[in-house]
Parts: sequence; C-alpha cells; structure tokens
Amino acid sequence: MIVDLAAVEETAKLLYIRALKILPPDIKEGFKRLDAAETDPTGKSILKTMIENIGVAEKTNNLLCQDTGIPIYNVTIGRRVQVDGHALKEAIIKGCERATREHPLRSSIVHPITRVNAHTSSGERIPVINIDFSAEDETLTIEMIPKGSGSENGSFLKMAIPAEGVDAIKTFVVDKVIEAGGRVCPPTIVGVGVGGTADLCMHLAKIAATRALGSRCADAEGAKLEQELSRAVNSLGIGPQGLGGNATAFAVHVETAATHITMNPVAVNIQCHSARRATATFTPKGVELGF
Amino acid sequence: MTELTLRLPCSEADVRKLRVGDRVTLEGTLFGIRDATLIHMFDRGRTTRFDLRDHAVLHTAPGAKKVPPSAEHPAGYAPLCIGTTTSARMERFTRPLMERHGVRLIIGKGGLGPETSKAFRDLGGAYLAVIGGTAALETTWIERIEDVDLDDLNPESLWKFRVRGFGPLLVGMDSHGASLYADVQGRAADRRAAALKSIGVRG
Repeated sequence: MIVDLAAVEETAKLLYIRALKILPPDIKEGFKRLDAAETDPTGKSILKTMIENIGVAEKTNNLLCQDTGIPIYNVTIGRRVQVDGHALKEAIIKGCERATREHPLRSSIVHPITRVNAHTSSGERIPVINIDFSAEDETLTIEMIPKGSGSENGSFLKMAIPAEGVDAIKTFVVDKVIEAGGRVCPPTIVGVGVGGTADLCMHLAKIAATRALGSRCADAEGAKLEQELSRAVNSLGIGPQGLGGNATAFAVHVETAATHITMNPVAVNIQCHSARRATATFTPKGVELGF
Repeated sequence: MTELTLRLPCSEADVRKLRVGDRVTLEGTLFGIRDATLIHMFDRGRTTRFDLRDHAVLHTAPGAKKVPPSAEHPAGYAPLCIGTTTSARMERFTRPLMERHGVRLIIGKGGLGPETSKAFRDLGGAYLAVIGGTAALETTWIERIEDVDLDDLNPESLWKFRVRGFGPLLVGMDSHGASLYADVQGRAADRRAAALKSIGVRG
C-alpha cells in the first residue's frame, strides 16, 4: 500500500476536531457505570452534568472541553506499507495547523520560555508524533489524542529503588492521586508506568492513561496491579471534581517495561474525564474513522 | 443548602451570606482571566480599563472566533467554546485580585488553597465551582463576549462576558473558612492507610 499524504493531512485535521467533540464509547459506558455506583449526592449530580455535557457537545457540534490540549498523534505502520516518513510527519503537522485555523480551534501551544502563542497548535516538537510498527498487513493507523493540561499537570515520576519493592509503586500512585485531588478533573484514568528508563517509564504512563477502558495490561503482574490500585484509589472518597464521592477514577491502567537491576521506576500520568481520542485506519480500501 | 441567584456586581454582604454547599446561579457580567492575564497584571505592571470591583472572575481561556464587530458580537469575537480551567495554578493571585481590584467571587474548578481561604475570610469572598470539562454546556450560559482587554495575550486576554443563567454553581469555599476541597483532602488522607493496607502495602 502506498500512503496518500494528502489524505493523511486531511485526516490529521479531521481527527483533531473529531476527538475534541465526540467521546469514545468506552468512556461513555464508563460514565454509566460510575453513575450507577455513585452514592454521594454531590458526586452523583456532577456525573449527571458531565453526562449531559457529552450530549450537548454532540447536539451543538461543539467541543466537549475548551482545552484543546497538547495534540499527540500516535502512528502505527504495518507491513508492506510504503510511506515517506518525513513527509508523513509534515502532513500531520499541516493537518493539525489547518484544524486550528480552519475550524477554528483555540491554540493552546506556546513557546516554553517566551510563552508566545503562534496560534497554530504547533511549535518546536509539537504536535507530539510517536511512530511505531505493527505486524498488520497493509495498514497504517493514526490515533489522535488532545491531551488536556489540567490532567497532564498531574504527572509524577519517582526513581524508586529495588529495596523499596512493589510497595513503593503502590504507595506512590495512591499518594499522587490524593495530591492531584480535583485539579486533574476526576473521574480520571490514572496511567501508571512501571519499569524502563525514566523517559520510557513516563511514556508508559501516558500509554496507560490513554488506553481504552476495559483494556488490560498485557503483563499479568501489571494487570493484577491495575485491579488492586483501581480499588484503592476509589476508596479515598475524592470523587468527581475532588468534591467527594466514590468515582475518583474510571480505572487505574498500568503499562510495564523491563528495567535495570538497580532501578524500580514508577510514573503517573493522569487523563481527565474528557478522555478524548480519535483514530483513523488507512488500508487499500480507504480511510476508516474510529476511536 | 440554599439555592439562589446573584446578579453582578454584588455586595460584600451578599457574598458573606454564602456557605459551602449552596448553589448559586449568576446573572449579568463575568470576567475571564487566566495564568498569563494574572502574571501580566501582577508581575509585569499591566493595567486594565475594566472595573472588576464586586465582580466575579472566571478561570478560563475561551475558544473564540474573530468576527466583524456587531450588536451580537460587540468585541469582534463570537464565543465558540467557553469552559473553565484548573484554579490551583492561580492561587497566589486571589489576594491581590481582591485587595487591588475588589474582586468578590472566583469561579473555577478543582478549588484553591489555604491562602485563598484566608483572603476570603479577611476580605469577603467565595469560590464557586464549575464542573470542569463541561464547556459545551457552559458555553450555552454565555450570551455574548461584550468586551476584551489585554488582547495581545489572546486567548489569555481579560474577557468580559454577558451571561444568562450561569450555573447552578456549587459554593466550594466560603468567607467563613470552610472549603469542601480541604474537607475531601482531609478525608482522603485519613483513608490512605486503610487503602494501602488493603492492597498489601506493609506500613
């Protein structure tokens, strides 16, 4: 399959706008589940308003949240796919900038030191473009994630040591969920990275935070940790918006990587309840949009 | 719990009557501010032509579209998506906003800290909680963007919104030292040990 770069640019634009407006079905289901289990009247009324907002956004064709986030594009290239990698990145950046100009969208991106906003949603190394490869034949997927800043500011890394064991991981996650409180727009998906290097560990936490609800960590020990930590953080009573209730997190997700004999790193990256993502799959048949 | 409507500007007495848990709907004018607006006003000596006295400020940076000025869009901006941002980053600006500009109410999400509670007690203020991430709904409460100042900071300009039925908003912090956020944080801290023990962490 030869990838049509004009289609990539158009799709990169569409995905940004679509992600900002329509929540994935697993998140909508997650809201139903939390609402059914919420016993705190304030928490219950907040969840009701959040669910109402999902409907208003779709009905009025508006953004779910005003935060257009930091745009992230995750590209997965399958087998027998022919593409100029550099041109692919350029097409994605152009699509992202066009979404901002043509919709228009609020550009949330500034220079990190001068704080100047170029009103393009792009800048040095932004949008974030991650490229990976898969075994799928003649398939290229682009996943777009507008990562909200309130929850991105809820990011924490600890280079724990082996003597501290798995207890250090569990304690760190619970403590950071308490520290983040209502600032990260709960109910959240708490992404946890375990292992790897410092940078890989945080990247794992981001993958975990943006994974679909209902998915499990591929590593059995990681999956066990997910269940335990989901239960633990939802026993804290932080609740929707940090105003009290059972629904602190939809789930805790864990991703793991092998690490060094001297290391025991753990990272937390949080996704807010506006857990937005949109995906496009390119095959020889054309482009299909999904979540 | 009381449900009430407050028309802005309001008085110190109106605000001192508010108690955490009350639900307030706002009518009239709101001002939108954010990190850069506040940094420029308080750290870089910028001034505004707006009178914020006895008004409410909303922690926001809206999505707005530039249009030709008209009766509907007097500032030349049509609102697209107006929501609320996390307040905690702006903690240190509450007192100067109240002391120097006479602001009465802060509207935001996620709550503010002890410095703000003290300013509310000393000067007569309260924090009203919007539900973060519900901007599509919040936008329906905005009638129009009436005016804008410090617009070189766009989208972090100082915005003047005309609102209709803005709420109901939950009083999260009041002028009597109460804070729902501090209560919830205290409760979470109390439950921490049991939560960790339940997943096998040795104390």
